[in-house]
Amino acid sequence: MTAANVRQIVLDIISDIAPDEDVTVIDDKKSLREQLDLDSMDFLDIVMELRKRHKVEVPQEDYPKLATLDSCVAYLSPKFA
Amino acid sequence: MDDTQRIVMTGIGLTAPNGNSLDEFRQSLLNCKSGVTHTEIRYMGKQAAGLCDFDEFKFQSKKIRRRGTRAGSISIYCSNEAIKDSGINWESVDKSMVGVYLGITEHGNVETENEIFEMHQNNLDWKLWSPHHNPRTVSNSPAGEVTLNLNITGPHYTLGSACAGGNVGIIQGVQQLLLGEVDLALVGGISESPQTFGIFAAFAAQGALAHHDDATLASRPLDKNRNGIVISEGGCVYVLERLSAAKARNAKIYAEIVGYAINSDATDFVNPNSERQVECMHKAIKRAGLKISDIDIVNMHATGTGTGDINECRAVREAFADSDKTFINFTKGHIGHCMGAAGALELAGNIPSFTDGIVHPGMNVTDLDSDCELKNLVFNEPKFIGNVNYILNNSFGMLGINSALIVKKYTV
Repeated sequence: MTAANVRQIVLDIISDIAPDEDVTVIDDKKSLREQLDLDSMDFLDIVMELRKRHKVEVPQEDYPKLATLDSCVAYLSPKFA
Repeated sequence: MDDTQRIVMTGIGLTAPNGNSLDEFRQSLLNCKSGVTHTEIRYMGKQAAGLCDFDEFKFQSKKIRRRGTRAGSISIYCSNEAIKDSGINWESVDKSMVGVYLGITEHGNVETENEIFEMHQNNLDWKLWSPHHNPRTVSNSPAGEVTLNLNITGPHYTLGSACAGGNVGIIQGVQQLLLGEVDLALVGGISESPQTFGIFAAFAAQGALAHHDDATLASRPLDKNRNGIVISEGGCVYVLERLSAAKARNAKIYAEIVGYAINSDATDFVNPNSERQVECMHKAIKRAGLKISDIDIVNMHATGTGTGDINECRAVREAFADSDKTFINFTKGHIGHCMGAAGALELAGNIPSFTDGIVHPGMNVTDLDSDCELKNLVFNEPKFIGNVNYILNNSFGMLGINSALIVKKYTV
């Protein structure tokens, strides 16, 4: 799976969790929480959806690796390989 | 009586299967417009149900709706509409002196069923259980969602009281206002029951789930061919204030709450006890300081079950034996059984009678059960009776909880 595919998977999940947000304007290098109305419970939802939709597990200690879109792609890509 | 000891209704917000405002709802009741349709229920297939079509996003974001519950969404819609209808300047209201008291029949079954369903769809992976399940299913949840939405910092809780919930929520608000705990109360009842399969299955197991090829004919209280309850959702929230406060802001006043009673059958888990129902109605009338014949309209709980309707008819017949001018109606033929919302919604449907003098009919009675014959029963056609001063609203529930609420036309 390409990095673009992984990025889209994360965006699709964020779009469902935060449906009022415009995800087309996200800066991949900036913290997601700085750009979107996301709280810690929303990040738990992201983790949950990755598990439910793609059977990808994110251990609690790795949650900080989901901070930006770039870091999401870097962290998740090997799991989708 | 001192105006600070008189509690009045100054705003109404509601959603029913056949209307999303008091005006729409009243017109549907007068015109015998059903809100019951067929819908797909998980595992069970097509079932008759009353579903509401209000705009969930009128007062909350999509994200918050997703995080919360259908029950919360109904509560938020009704509360906002009630406040708007009351004409109060919400910005100037001391939110620490506002209370939210909502009656519910059940809460959390929808969310728990959904989580279990998802888990089964995913090889029983328990780690998919949502972190939102706790806040969604605590029993104060629907009232709590209202406080979050409206920045209310006064007390909030729900009143678990089966299908008497709507009346019980209102009564709680009256009592808290009289105690001085709050200055304004958002009260009533809500239900999201059709979103759960379990309630349909349970009533089916009891042989008490209504069915008909034409969904609009499925709910037929008092009819000889009735075959059970139609599960419905809905909500109705009232703004309650002391009369002194309502007068001070020159508020529109729908009605004054002058009597109420809650009692228990102490006889059975599901079967009602007409003797206790009579006691409940009489206790409410006594508290209001009225004679039996003062009551102009009685709205029956009448769910459409075989024994429930007969029991209640027996109770109403006995309770109002001494009155020739009390008219009787019921609402569930139009909308099904809105569970925790039923009492509050059905009362709202009758409140316009104070101004138009009309009793809305019960609907879907084509062959009145001889055991349900009542003096002055209004069905299938509205009836103009002229001056209406007092309405008594019955709401009963499982485990033998009975409630009766009396409202009076407000005159200056």
